[in-house]
Amino acid sequence: MTIGLLTASYITSSVLFILALGGLSNQEKAKRAVWYGIVGMAIAVIATLLGEEIFLTEWLEWLIAAIIVGSIIGIIVAKKVQMTGMPQLVAALHSFVGLAAVFIGINSALLPHLELSNTQLIIHNVEVFLGVFIGAITFTGSIIAFGKLSEIISGKALIIPARHALNVIMFFGCLFLGYLFLTHVGNWTLIAMTIIAFLIGAHLVLAIGGADMPVVVSMLNSYSGWAAAATGFMLGNDLLIVTGALVGSSGAILSYIMCKAMNRNFISVILGGWGDTSGPTMDIDGEMIAIDIETVATALNEANTIVIVPGYGMAVAQAQSAVSELTSRLRAKKKKVRFGIHPVAGRLPGHMNVLLAEAKVPYDIVLEMDEINSDFPDTDVVIILGANDIVNPAAEEDPNSPIAGMPVLQVWKAKQVFISKRGQGRGYSGIENPLFFKENSRMVYGDAKKSLDSILQYIN
Amino acid sequence: MKIGSPKEIFKGENRIAMTPESAKHLQKLGYECVVQSGAGDNSNFSDKDYKDAGVKVLKNADQLWKESDIILKVRGPEKSEISKMKSGQQIISFIWPGQNKLLLESLKKKKVTVQAMDMIPRISRAQKMDALSSMANIAGYRAVIEAGNQFGRFFTGQITAAGKVPPAKILVIGAGVAGLAAIGTAKSMGAIVRSFDVRPEVAEQIESMGAEFLMLDFDTDGSGEGGYAKPASKEFIKKEMELFRSQAPELDIVITTALIPGMPAPKLWPKEMVDLMKPGSVIVDLAAEQGGNCDLTVPNKMIETKNKVKIIGYTDLPSRMATQASTLYSTNTRHLMDDLTPKKDGIPLINMEDDVIRGATVIHNGEITFPPPKPKVAAIAKHINQNIKEKTPEELAQDQINAEKKAGKIQVSSLIIGACLMWLIGMYAPSEFMQHFIVFILSCFVGFQVIWNVSHALHTPLMAITNAISGIIILGALLQMETTNNIVSILALISIFIATINIVGGFMVTKRMLAMFQRS
Repeated sequence: MTIGLLTASYITSSVLFILALGGLSNQEKAKRAVWYGIVGMAIAVIATLLGEEIFLTEWLEWLIAAIIVGSIIGIIVAKKVQMTGMPQLVAALHSFVGLAAVFIGINSALLPHLELSNTQLIIHNVEVFLGVFIGAITFTGSIIAFGKLSEIISGKALIIPARHALNVIMFFGCLFLGYLFLTHVGNWTLIAMTIIAFLIGAHLVLAIGGADMPVVVSMLNSYSGWAAAATGFMLGNDLLIVTGALVGSSGAILSYIMCKAMNRNFISVILGGWGDTSGPTMDIDGEMIAIDIETVATALNEANTIVIVPGYGMAVAQAQSAVSELTSRLRAKKKKVRFGIHPVAGRLPGHMNVLLAEAKVPYDIVLEMDEINSDFPDTDVVIILGANDIVNPAAEEDPNSPIAGMPVLQVWKAKQVFISKRGQGRGYSGIENPLFFKENSRMVYGDAKKSLDSILQYIN
Repeated sequence: MKIGSPKEIFKGENRIAMTPESAKHLQKLGYECVVQSGAGDNSNFSDKDYKDAGVKVLKNADQLWKESDIILKVRGPEKSEISKMKSGQQIISFIWPGQNKLLLESLKKKKVTVQAMDMIPRISRAQKMDALSSMANIAGYRAVIEAGNQFGRFFTGQITAAGKVPPAKILVIGAGVAGLAAIGTAKSMGAIVRSFDVRPEVAEQIESMGAEFLMLDFDTDGSGEGGYAKPASKEFIKKEMELFRSQAPELDIVITTALIPGMPAPKLWPKEMVDLMKPGSVIVDLAAEQGGNCDLTVPNKMIETKNKVKIIGYTDLPSRMATQASTLYSTNTRHLMDDLTPKKDGIPLINMEDDVIRGATVIHNGEITFPPPKPKVAAIAKHINQNIKEKTPEELAQDQINAEKKAGKIQVSSLIIGACLMWLIGMYAPSEFMQHFIVFILSCFVGFQVIWNVSHALHTPLMAITNAISGIIILGALLQMETTNNIVSILALISIFIATINIVGGFMVTKRMLAMFQRS
């Protein structure tokens, strides 16, 4: 295959990748778009295999085995994974890209580059350095994120003293080693830098708490893209650059959307911890009133418009199918049931949508925050399932609240709000939620799934 | 312990404080329930119903008073009942301790414990036991029904073959529970409803029930303690009367519900207003028992004035709907028992630290504990005056222009900085790098444009598919396979292996997810 044909294949692949991402603008197009991605990838891989005559390698059997075994594992994982486990899977896949970038970078340093001029070699080494550095951070960061999301390690933020100083020292350590690497001190500098970058990645994510995971995962998504792009520069491969840039910007935008939805600065999320407050927070009047299942069911039977606001608690309790059943029964009774989704609900951007879709809740009744906020005053009943900060009225009413200014679902404007919660504790942010004390709020304590199942008994 | 409900002996009282339904709940709390034979007859609960609910039916009142440790009643005890009491007994009923000092004294002598249902503080937590509200709700509903019964026209406006019927115009004074219930009932029957209240914060509630709130152009807040109104100033009353005077001639029905705790009902509808009303109009005075809001009200009677205005002063409206009233009242009392029995062991625990129980308990072991200290929690959270001024449209437009200008400036300056940076790189970097760099920058832009259009609902599939395509890094590893360096080959093989997992797993899971999204 000529270079021209190879380039043509790469162009085709790039276009197909762009179309694959662009197709995600709506649910129906997306189903077709994913095929563009698959075809694009197939073209890219086959063109490289043929065009660069990779099949002549003496490791051919190994190569084929790696691809076959990798594919089988990929298929099994994709079939087996539970939708509640999507955040873990995504994090795990990020770590693979990171690790591959590290290996390829190190390989590139190991291989001789006699054809390069001095300047070109420096540039090349900078690219190697960047690829390995970003890849390493992505790798360990994703591993830790995976551990936190699958609760192998505690979801709590690990705050060690002088952590910022530690990060800065490690970062400059990497820079210094990078400088040594560029001055051809030896490849050990690259390995040492990799190890330090591993530490940075792990430490960064360890310091971030569970509810900030959507930002972390999208940030790692972005990094995995930049790592691929850096590898592309290193190898002079435009398809890698294009794809890396696409993925990198996608992750960056997702992080931006998540931060905006929490009204927080990206840097502060990444460095962990909440912002300072400017004064004492507002006192809360009223009491939290518990209510029994039967009354909730009666209210649902009498309501005409119902909005369900799911949060991470729904995923934890595996309550999606009960929610779906409740929805279809209520809809069968000609009630208007809709879902309100906050951008940061769950542990992954769009996590709630996928969970509800899996439970066969039609996507056209699952609305975004901005689409549903104006409808709350006309809503009879709102059910909140394991969500807290995203429905906290303090964000709008109390300028001194730590989450002041964060856009929230204005559920308190509805006639009646039922909150399903495990206990009386506060949310992730540790902020008291005045919603629970409002006159139209009633608490349903206990596991969300069990509560819903008992509600279902009264609704048929 | 044993909870008993005797037959109410007050004349015309049809309610009962324990229904078969509430008895079941009380039994769950560990109590034994007894009822006097025939006590539920007037509210349509037969002795058999009680027996079926596991309640023991006792022949007469004497036996019941003797056997019960706790007495649930509706009306406050009469003399004959007090004589039947034994020391240590617990009585729960309406008492009105503020107005009935003598009753309180005679109960004290009996060394009993008394919870007054009318003294339950009006805080959110106690709403479920707020018998005043549940009775007021019934009274408000019934007031409209009674008015409709006396009113000679439709409530709703109609255009019939026989001509046009104008809708009835109804004014509800006082938007407490009774007022709001009356508004809701009248509204649902098709009338035009207006309402007035001295507490401005109830305007929203009035409007939410579909009535028009008559605003008084006056700068006072008439809210008192515990969710009730306080007496108004003279100037205020003057303005109020002006408002009513302008309304009276066009009104068909007036329902007055204004009460101030511990005081006679305010006279809001003097004779002058009655005279202004059209013949055939109806006034229902829900404050009749406390002296009436209307000058001409005669408690327990309906009268007709010379100008043919009917004034209804019934004080037994809840009792006229005995089944409903008993159901609600008994639910209120059993909720109180629920709070009194935290351990659900059938033994009441009178915790005087609890706001609700403290408020309701007027006699504790023979000691008068009335009046209680003020409850700690406000009934209706007052609106906090927000200092943030609403911006005018011009200001908003100006803000937007400013924001756009600012965004423009940021864009221009970042473009300049970016261009400088590019030049800087271009000066030193080899041309080959610059070619790749162009591709990179353009791809970033394409990426930004494309990703902004991705539906929020599909962010998880987006992450999965970007996962899959970032497996393109496999190309890098493939290219490194042509080498004689074994370490390189092994590392490249591992990379190929994991990148394949990424590609296949990513695409498959994306496909799986997208297939789940179904339209209804």
